[in-house]
Amino acid sequence: MRKHQLIGVLAVFAIAASACASSSTTPQRPVAERSGHAAYPLTLHDAAGTVTIPHRPTRIVSLSATATQMLFAVGAGAQVVAVDQYSTYPSSAPRTNLSGSQPNVEAIARYRPDLVINDADVGNLSRSLKALRVPVLIEPAAKSFAVSYQQIADLGAATDHEHGARQTVSSMRSHIARIVASVPRPSRPLRVYHELDPTFYSATTATFIGQIYRLFGLRNVADKAGITRNSGYPQLSAEYVVASNPQVIVLADIACCHQSARTVAARPGWSRVDAVRHDLVLGVDDSLASEWGPRIVEFVGHVAKLLRRAETVYGAGQP
Amino acid sequence: MPRVGGRWLAIAVGFLAVTASAATLVGADSLPATTVLKALATHLPLLHLHGLAPSDASIVWQIRLPRVVLAGLVGAMLALAGATYQGVFANPLADPYLLGAASGAELGATLAIAYAPAAWAVNAVPTCAFVGAGGAVAAAVLLGRSVGSGRSTTILILAGLAVAAFLTAIETYVQQQHQAVIRLIYSYVLGRLGTAGWAGVRLVLPYLAVSAVIILAHRRHLDVLSLGDVEAASLGVNVGRTRMLLVAAATLGTAAAVAMAGTIAFVGIVVPHTIRLLTGASYRTILPLSMIAGAGFLIACDLAARTLIAPGELPIGVITAFVGAPFFVVLLRRSNRMMT
Repeated sequence: MRKHQLIGVLAVFAIAASACASSSTTPQRPVAERSGHAAYPLTLHDAAGTVTIPHRPTRIVSLSATATQMLFAVGAGAQVVAVDQYSTYPSSAPRTNLSGSQPNVEAIARYRPDLVINDADVGNLSRSLKALRVPVLIEPAAKSFAVSYQQIADLGAATDHEHGARQTVSSMRSHIARIVASVPRPSRPLRVYHELDPTFYSATTATFIGQIYRLFGLRNVADKAGITRNSGYPQLSAEYVVASNPQVIVLADIACCHQSARTVAARPGWSRVDAVRHDLVLGVDDSLASEWGPRIVEFVGHVAKLLRRAETVYGAGQP
Repeated sequence: MPRVGGRWLAIAVGFLAVTASAATLVGADSLPATTVLKALATHLPLLHLHGLAPSDASIVWQIRLPRVVLAGLVGAMLALAGATYQGVFANPLADPYLLGAASGAELGATLAIAYAPAAWAVNAVPTCAFVGAGGAVAAAVLLGRSVGSGRSTTILILAGLAVAAFLTAIETYVQQQHQAVIRLIYSYVLGRLGTAGWAGVRLVLPYLAVSAVIILAHRRHLDVLSLGDVEAASLGVNVGRTRMLLVAAATLGTAAAVAMAGTIAFVGIVVPHTIRLLTGASYRTILPLSMIAGAGFLIACDLAARTLIAPGELPIGVITAFVGAPFFVVLLRRSNRMMT
């Protein structure tokens, strides 16, 4: 049974690594001219190397929920012929049962794609599709807004929607700045606990979601486990989470794991936690809190609402 | 040799006492020892202490202590079940999951998480895991009997292997089809000693108690069984029935342990063998000593899991194997030298 358990351990790390943390690339610029219409063939640098897109793609397959969001936001939605099973936003996206984590090359090829996008180069996806002369763009999980914006720009360039991409990015920037500015800063930072699953996997400041809490000036209780441990997604001890007494809690495990403010309050020892006592436990859809596309503005808005409520409880100038 | 047994019993109890005390005093939240003791003392009758923060008290009493107790119970059960299986099957490699209990439990939990209505999926997990574990072993026994008329332990082990492989196939398929909830499934499989609380202790305790009582009451029979079926029968033991009773009892306890704590590897093998190598004694001493040492061992491993990288956590299975395997090798070498 040891093998069995190791598989489980590895799987958890693999999920954490692929879903959350595979981005080690620095923002990179498309080689192509950045103004006016894109000149094809177009060469882009992505996480897997260099990708050449021979002509304006009109049959795009997106295997990444975030890429799907981005494509539709920049105005390339009409060029998308298929998206994977977890691309639930926007609802008009042509959802199929394709999988990005276990891609089936033959099933993808059936859509006769001229561009395939995924968030990880799983199982030699790009090499297999290269053999079919289909370019593959890998846009891994972003760790910062800068990387997310760069991916939007890349997708805009790749699909001939550079203008749409610029608009998307500037709208995200201004919305986020406005929302963050609308929340008063307490004199002492509030403590936040972000939960990924009911065994207390969390996200530190070194993650995409963690930087949002930093924008709001919050203190992330997961940071004490080492902000880069497990790529920024450490598993915390229950007694540490309770002892650190978070003042606000964000649950990103309401869909996967059926958690809610009620289940958190019912956990042994949690009823004395400030966030629980003051009803400052926010549940957000798992995918909203794990994708790094334009919809993150919505997440930032939810956090702001929570923090405005927190302000009425803890007071703007009070610890 | 009651004197030798007595000495080892004292050592085992001492080991358990030390690990349990350390595990209660030390945790991710660095509370002073006096605070911990006060928090425990408030639960003694007729004692009223002051100057204790309610949050500290609840960390000790509601989070840390039930975790120590549950680790002890699960460790005791896995070691006892492992020793029992090794005796029943006369096979040193037998562990509590030999007949498919772990695969059954994992499939039960996976099905509950994937298909049960959201409102009670989480609460249904232990029950479904328990049913899965028991069902898998029952299936293996029935299958083994249909082939070998219940006599051959080899056929029973192979039937368990087939059942486990079959259930794992279904489990993998269901997981692959429900990736949205896969995090919850893995959090179950990797063990939940840290989240079960007193409710978890209350749920498993009756099963463990019944299982332990039955097994300990039959510890002499295990010695007789180890002489071989013919000799055991000539000594008046109903071999088939005793074997099934012991398998059923060990399975009952294992199912409860695995339903609450997930699959924890290695405890069921390393602890009984260590006891056997150290005491060289019969099952009459191996079984109770394995229980006590198993409790101490898992408490110590869980302490390491939650403090080594505190406030982060390590999966407990990593610790049980990482600590247990080398220790076991050292023991094996030593005992080998002694024999030659």
